[in-house]
Amino acid sequence: MEFAELIKTPRADNVVLHRPLHQAVEGTLCLTGHHLIFSSRRQINAEELWLLHSNIDSIEKRFVGSLGTIIIKCKDLRIIQLDIPGMEECLNIASSIEALSTLDSVTLMYPFFYRPMFEIIEDGWRAFLPEQEFELLSSVTDEWRLSCINKEFSVCSSYPPVVIVPKSIDDEALRKVASFRQGSRFPVLSYYHKKNGMVMMRSSQPLTGTNGRRCKEDEKLINATLRPGRGGYIIDTRSLTAAQQARAKGGGFEQEVHYPQWRRIHKFIERFNILQESLIKLVEACNDQSHNMDRCLSKLEASNWLTHIKKILTAACLAAQCIDREGASVLVHGTEGTDSTLQVTSLAQIILDPRCRTIRGFESLVVREWLQAGHPFQQRCAQSAYSNSKQKWEAPVFLLFLDCVWQILRQFPCSFEFNEQFLIMLFEHAYASQFGTFLGNNENERSKLKLQQKTMSLWSWVNRPEELRKFKNPLFEANSLVIWPSVAPQSLQLWEGVFLRWNKSSKFLHEAEEEMINVIKYNKELKERVDALRRQLAEMETEEMQENL
Amino acid sequence: VENVQLLDRLSSRKAALGTLYLTATHVIFVENGSETRKETWVLHSQISSIEKQATTASGCPLVIRCKNFQVIQLVIPQERDCHDIYISLIRLARPVKYEELYCFSFNLKLDKEEREQGWKLVDLNEEYNRMGIPNNYWQISDVNRDYGVCDSYPTELYVPKSVTAHIIVGSSKFRSRRRFPALSYYCKCNNASICRSSQPLSGFSARCLEDEQMLQAIRKANPGSDFLYVVDTRPKLNAMANRAAGKGYENEDNYSNIKFQFIGIENIHVMRNSLQKMLEVCDLKSPSMSDFLWGLENSGWLKHIKAIMDAGIFIAKAVAEEGVSVLVHCSDGWDRTAQVCSVASLLLDPYYRTMKGFMVLIEKDWVSFGHKFNHRYGNLDGDPKEISPVIDQFIECVWQLMEQFPCAFEFNERFLIHIQHHVYSCQFGNFLCNSQKERRELKIRERTYSLWAHMWKSRADYLNPLYRSDHSQTQGTMHTQIAPFNFLYKFWSGMYNRFEKGLHPRQSVTDYLMAVKEETQQLEEELEVLQERLANLQKSHLNGNKVKSKQQDQSKQLGLSTSNNSLANTPQEYSNDLKSFPSRSPSQGDEEDSALILTQDNLKSSDLDLSANSDQESGVEDLSCRSSSAGGCLPSEDSGKDSDEAVFLAV
Repeated sequence: MEFAELIKTPRADNVVLHRPLHQAVEGTLCLTGHHLIFSSRRQINAEELWLLHSNIDSIEKRFVGSLGTIIIKCKDLRIIQLDIPGMEECLNIASSIEALSTLDSVTLMYPFFYRPMFEIIEDGWRAFLPEQEFELLSSVTDEWRLSCINKEFSVCSSYPPVVIVPKSIDDEALRKVASFRQGSRFPVLSYYHKKNGMVMMRSSQPLTGTNGRRCKEDEKLINATLRPGRGGYIIDTRSLTAAQQARAKGGGFEQEVHYPQWRRIHKFIERFNILQESLIKLVEACNDQSHNMDRCLSKLEASNWLTHIKKILTAACLAAQCIDREGASVLVHGTEGTDSTLQVTSLAQIILDPRCRTIRGFESLVVREWLQAGHPFQQRCAQSAYSNSKQKWEAPVFLLFLDCVWQILRQFPCSFEFNEQFLIMLFEHAYASQFGTFLGNNENERSKLKLQQKTMSLWSWVNRPEELRKFKNPLFEANSLVIWPSVAPQSLQLWEGVFLRWNKSSKFLHEAEEEMINVIKYNKELKERVDALRRQLAEMETEEMQENL
Repeated sequence: VENVQLLDRLSSRKAALGTLYLTATHVIFVENGSETRKETWVLHSQISSIEKQATTASGCPLVIRCKNFQVIQLVIPQERDCHDIYISLIRLARPVKYEELYCFSFNLKLDKEEREQGWKLVDLNEEYNRMGIPNNYWQISDVNRDYGVCDSYPTELYVPKSVTAHIIVGSSKFRSRRRFPALSYYCKCNNASICRSSQPLSGFSARCLEDEQMLQAIRKANPGSDFLYVVDTRPKLNAMANRAAGKGYENEDNYSNIKFQFIGIENIHVMRNSLQKMLEVCDLKSPSMSDFLWGLENSGWLKHIKAIMDAGIFIAKAVAEEGVSVLVHCSDGWDRTAQVCSVASLLLDPYYRTMKGFMVLIEKDWVSFGHKFNHRYGNLDGDPKEISPVIDQFIECVWQLMEQFPCAFEFNERFLIHIQHHVYSCQFGNFLCNSQKERRELKIRERTYSLWAHMWKSRADYLNPLYRSDHSQTQGTMHTQIAPFNFLYKFWSGMYNRFEKGLHPRQSVTDYLMAVKEETQQLEEELEVLQERLANLQKSHLNGNKVKSKQQDQSKQLGLSTSNNSLANTPQEYSNDLKSFPSRSPSQGDEEDSALILTQDNLKSSDLDLSANSDQESGVEDLSCRSSSAGGCLPSEDSGKDSDEAVFLAV
């Protein structure tokens, strides 16, 4: 086994673990192929800390005499410090961790080695298939069809093998449209609004170039979604300037002349390293322990994180508004249509579709709009807030999406079946996991990696009753309405559950949550008892009546 | 005045047309429109400023800013009407005599006895008894019975037993406005106490034997501790500047065994400006995230809140953990001292976190000790430089603690907001005048009603559903987090953007849980009744008797709609681009901004919601209609649910 070569010192004793909000503990440190394990030797309250190597974002070492200190910063934003006696041991451990946390081959990752200890009730890999989604759709409309044009990923490498497209557009036309869109990401159905039959589609930018190329099939495809006499909106997640400049590189935008029924709105959402830097600054501000309030708000402001949240939410609300209020169809795209586009389409669905606010529905949304839609998770989530690699493709796009969901959840605390923990769990697994769900950059890569055969799906684990229990919102009451969040600065807040998770005690908030559950549980119990008694009484009284008769 | 427009503060698009009325006590705006006729009432005493802006094509704009942070923007068609209203309001908003205030005309229609009972709800003697006083160390002093020593203090004060009238009078002469050290809080379990006073008139070198004896007596009243903390809540620089005016702070060398400590809370002028700046931020029309965060930071408001909290935490720790008594003062000992003493008491004693206890706390540390309500909150026309949001800051501190300890308080956010409202409303007599002396002269208790009795009556509305008297968070001292980190204190939009409902969470967890709890209570009652009937039936069944079961009227309804659906259903301004969309659908008619206002659909669905909930005649007990959504409340959906019930009723 090649991991053994990387582990220079598998075990160290008398190691002291420091964490914020916790007392320092002494114990033993062990390194395995995929985990860093710390266990305190004290018999009472013996504590064990298991850390996936892939969760480690960066590692620093320091020496004072022969006492070495390793500071480990994780992708889930926690920071731990290990004091290791012996310089050589410390160096060995540090370099082993470094090597193990930066394995370059996906197939060496833990999901390929993980053996589940739980009974699988439902295979998560088969839980959310496009075919099922289409079945649901066909029960309300027959204007769409399932196209297998991308079988073998031959047309678009970042699309799933089957996609939903307008019935009137055949595969031949689709092929032409694909050649007119960046990365062959032709417009496909993202969401069908049952209430009024309006739809949301997503794609990548059209390749109009400087000479204003057009594609009749592309126009026909998106026009096929319009109701007679009605227009639609194209929401471009780039600024107008950026969209214009894209023409020089062969990209571009839909021109009014060729798309007269469509109105284009530019809603600029940042991408790539700007977002990564925003995250880095935000986490820095949150970890700042200098004890003065003086500058903390300006640091929060300088990170621009909430500005991004506001922009993304605004764009999503706009898309939802076009569909629900203007009764128009919407096409969303940016450049590739793999980042900001997906933020907008998925958030708009949460606003519009009550199903997406259930656990099952939200999982399905993540699968459809993120995994199958080809958000490059492996690239984007390679590093988190403590990275110094500065790779352009690393960006907390998915985390921003989850943060936006949290903001809506905070404003509509009774409308979601899941709780904050569920979102935090998804954040963790997107960055480091024992499951294969978030590996790879698209379905094509996932199928090549044979993830379905070789790894376990996150959903197989989450969707068991004993896990699901932790993620249920006790306040949930199905709300069939469209929910319109406020995007005013006063309404948006720092997501403490993620960003202050490791340095602010949440004990009292947890107690409050428990209390909430108790209040509701007691109410339900009473209801059942009252119902049972009523039934019993009714039966007895009926008996009595009959006897009397 | 007719045809007045009421503008929405945050969105320029929503405006309501209606009629404006001025009465002796209120400004009332009634919207036109046959079905809703929404009314907006504003008490004259709530008005903090009125601004007349340049006339535009549509009319003359008038902005009314209120002390409870409501901002009303009106457009009045005729310039002359606008001017008349402006002049009248300026006069009405600034009464010169107490008799003009609303509380003297406000009539709750209670008889004399009830009114008196109301005033007796909060009794400070009872409170000191609860603390365990008088005892071996502390006694009541009548030295101030005719306000002869200090006219801003109450008649009844608690001082160490060893202190003579001579020492009190001597000490009072050495303190600003003769506010000598007196007991604010006493901790039964370890004898540590919190006392309060004004600054000493020490100048650069003056000293006073009686004052020194006074402090020594306070220290000795806590035999377990060999020193006394003296906390000056001012920034050191301010305190030093005061020395030049013959005032200042205690010299550690002159007093035996004191530890002196500055805690830099800024003065009322800094606080007034800070609030002003923060309100300007709240006032911005569609601000960006950066505008908002920068503005909030620049206002310094949260920094000031933190300073007050820190002072309270310091004192609570000294008392609870070190068992050391503390003397607190600032300059006059009626603003910062009141804030800090009451925050410390709240942290120390769970009683003050109950509804009744909180009323007592405000009466004790604010009302009785001569916090200058009239000056600070501008009830009568006075010096604008005296106005400052001192109690607002205390109320916010409580809210910040509620956010950190959701189960610790018996009351909820609404309770705090209503108290803040009534500090300014002058609808009740509690917060009138600047001192007990003035209140007695005005015969407040005979002529006005007590707020506390009024709130106590509707206490069900103010309950925190997560509060349980046996919960760990409601026991003992509150231990706030020690580990330093940022973002502990948050912007309170529930207060400062209180009237911009669109900014708040659209579903309230508190309201939802309150509804659940209310339902639980009714279920408990019903359970009892059912059990009794069952027992009777079984008995009669055994006896073989004929029983005519009495049909109980089970039509009580639990129609509780916990969220504001009409709001939940209104999108905000997400883009300006939508406005000019060419192919507007016919169904949206000629409404300029149909996407942005409540559409007919929504009005209807919320109406249905209401009717479903208040449908008392159906006779079908509907326990399942508690819902946070209109959809869940539609009658058609409910009909199927209670088939059991239908059988039951048919018997």
